[in-house]
Amino acid sequence: MTSSSPLTLTRRTLFGAAAACAALAAIGRGRKASAAQALLNVSYDPTRELYADINRAFAAQWASTHGGSALAVRTSNGGSGAQARSVLEGSPADVVTLGLAYDVDMLAAHGLLATNWQTRLPHNSTPFTSTIVFLTRKGNPKGIHGWADLVRDGVQVVTPNPKTSGGARWNYLAAWGWALRQPGGTEDTARAYLKSLFAHVPVLDAGARGATNSFVQRGLGDVLLAWEDEALLAARDLGPDKFDIVVPDLTILAEPPVALVDKNVDAHGTREAAQAYLEFLYTPEAQKIGAKHYFRPVDPTAAAESASIFPAVKTFDIASLGGWTAVQKKHFASSGVFDQIYSK
Amino acid sequence: MNALAPSSPDNARRSPAEIALIAAAYAIVGLMLVLPPVLVFTEALRSGLGAALASITDPDALSAIKLTLEMTVAAVAINTSFGVLAAWLLAKYRFPGRSVLVALIEIPISVSPVVAGLVWLLLFGTQGWWGEALNRVGITIAFATPGILLATLFVTFPFVTRTLLPLMEQQGRDAEEAATLLGASFWRILWGVTLPEARWALLSGGLLTTARAMGEFGAVSVVSGHIPGLTETMPLHIETLYNGYQSVAAFSMAALLAIMAMATVGMRSLFEARMRREEPRKAETAGGGA
Repeated sequence: MTSSSPLTLTRRTLFGAAAACAALAAIGRGRKASAAQALLNVSYDPTRELYADINRAFAAQWASTHGGSALAVRTSNGGSGAQARSVLEGSPADVVTLGLAYDVDMLAAHGLLATNWQTRLPHNSTPFTSTIVFLTRKGNPKGIHGWADLVRDGVQVVTPNPKTSGGARWNYLAAWGWALRQPGGTEDTARAYLKSLFAHVPVLDAGARGATNSFVQRGLGDVLLAWEDEALLAARDLGPDKFDIVVPDLTILAEPPVALVDKNVDAHGTREAAQAYLEFLYTPEAQKIGAKHYFRPVDPTAAAESASIFPAVKTFDIASLGGWTAVQKKHFASSGVFDQIYSK
Repeated sequence: MNALAPSSPDNARRSPAEIALIAAAYAIVGLMLVLPPVLVFTEALRSGLGAALASITDPDALSAIKLTLEMTVAAVAINTSFGVLAAWLLAKYRFPGRSVLVALIEIPISVSPVVAGLVWLLLFGTQGWWGEALNRVGITIAFATPGILLATLFVTFPFVTRTLLPLMEQQGRDAEEAATLLGASFWRILWGVTLPEARWALLSGGLLTTARAMGEFGAVSVVSGHIPGLTETMPLHIETLYNGYQSVAAFSMAALLAIMAMATVGMRSLFEARMRREEPRKAETAGGGA
C-alpha cells in the first residue's frame, strides 16, 4: 500500500481520540458547574418519602428567607454502606444522612469531614430516631410475639445483609442485645441464638428497601425484621389489610445520623446552605414531617404530639454494646461474629 | 434430527414429535420473551394511560430520558468511529498480535458489567489512581456524566467491530488496492469503497450498540451515584421508582425503554434482511465479471 493509508490512519485516529477526550472533559466541567446550584443529600434506603417531603419544605423555607432564590435538594438513596462507599469514591454529597454512625465515621477517617462530626449537631447529630420491630402477615398466623418465636421450626425470617445494609446491622444487634439480656444470657448463648436466627433467613437482600420489597411485594417469608418506619409504612400505607406490626419486649434504639461533608461543601461553596438544611431537620416543621413518615422526632414537643403514632417500646442503645467502632470490628469485620455464625 | 430438517414444508406431513417440539419452542418463547414485556405494559397502564404519561413527564423522569439519549448518541458515535477503524485494521492488514487484538476487543462481552464499572471507579474515584488529581484541576469523571459515558462505551465497545469484521474480511482488499492505484486518498477509499460495501452491517452494529447503551444497568449503576435528576439513566431511574413503591411510574418508564429497544431491534432486523437480499446479487455480479 502507498503512504496514504497506515500513517494517515494513525495520525487521524490520534487526533480524533484527543478531540473525544477534550469533549469528555468539557462535559465533566459543565456538569459540575450546574451541580453547584443544588444540594445533594446522600441517604440510606428507607428515607425516600421522608426526604422528598423535607426537601420541598426546606426549599420553600430557603426561598422565603433568601429573597425567593431557589435551592433544589436532591436525594440519592441506597444501602447505607454502599452509599457511604460512593461518597468516599467521589459522589458529590453535600450532606450525608446515613443509617448508622459507623458509615459516617468511615468517611471522617478518610478526611471527608471532621472527626468530631457527631458533636456538631444536637442529639448526637440524630434528628430522628427509630427502632427495630417485626412485620408479620395479617393476623400473625405463625404466632410471633418476640425474638424467641423467630427461631421456631417453619418460621422464615427476612432481613437484609448486615455487610451491606445499615438496617440489617441494627436488626442483628437488636437480636444480639436481646439474647445477651435473657436470664443466663452470655456471649455464647447470644451467638447460638443468632446462628439459629440466620438459619431461618431464606435470602439476604443488599438493602432494607430490597428486603421490604421481598416481604411485601414478592410475598417471601413469615416475618420481616425492619426499621420501625419501614414497617409502619408497609403496615399502614401499603397494605393495611395485609400486615401486622409486632413490637418485641426489648429492642434497640436506632440512631441514624446526619452530617455535613466538609470537603465537598467547601469545594461546591454550599456550606451555608448545607448547614441550614441540617439545622432545618430539627425545626418543629421538619420534626412533624418526620413523624408523618414514621420517624420518631427527637424534639420533645413533636414527640409528645406524635406519641399516638408510635407503639411504646423498651430499648437499649448502641453504647450499651460498646459503641459502633467496637461492634463493627467484633461482629461485621471479615471473619467476625457474623461471618462465623453465617458460614457454619 | 432428519425429521426436523426444513425439507418438509407441508404441515400435513409433520410427525407428532415435530409438532410437539415446535409447540414447545413457541411456548418457551412466549413465556420467556413475550410475557415479560406484556406484563410491563399491563402494569404501566394499570392506572390508565394518563397516569403513565404523567409519570414519564415528571422532571426527574425527563432528565433520565434525556441523559439516556445523550449517552446513547455519544456511545454510538464514538464506538462507530472506533469500530470502523478497528475492523478496517483487523480485516485488511496482517500484523503481529492481530489475533490478540481480536480477542481483546471481545473482553466487554465476557466481563461482568459490574466489574467494568468498578474498573472506572478504581481509576477515576477519589480513592482511585487518577481521581484526586483530576478533581484538583476541575475534572470530575466518576459520579458524573463522563463516568456514565465511559461505562456505556466499555460495554458497547465490541458491537460495531464484531459485525463489520467478518464482512470486511470476506470482501478482501482488492477494491481498496485498485482505488489506491487510481490515486484515491485514505478518506476517499473509506467513504467511497469500504463503507458502502459494509453499510448494512455498519447500521446493524450501530443499532446493536444503541440497544445495549440504552439498557445498560450494571456498569452505569456503579459509577452513577444514583442522583435522581442528575446522573440517573432510564434503567437506574426505573429501579429508584420501583424501590420507592411507585410501581406505575416504574413500569411506565420500563415500557418506554422497552418500546425504544424494540424499535431499535426491529430496525436492525429490517437492515439485516436487506443485507441478506443484497448479498446474493453481489455474488452474481462478481461471478459474471470473472
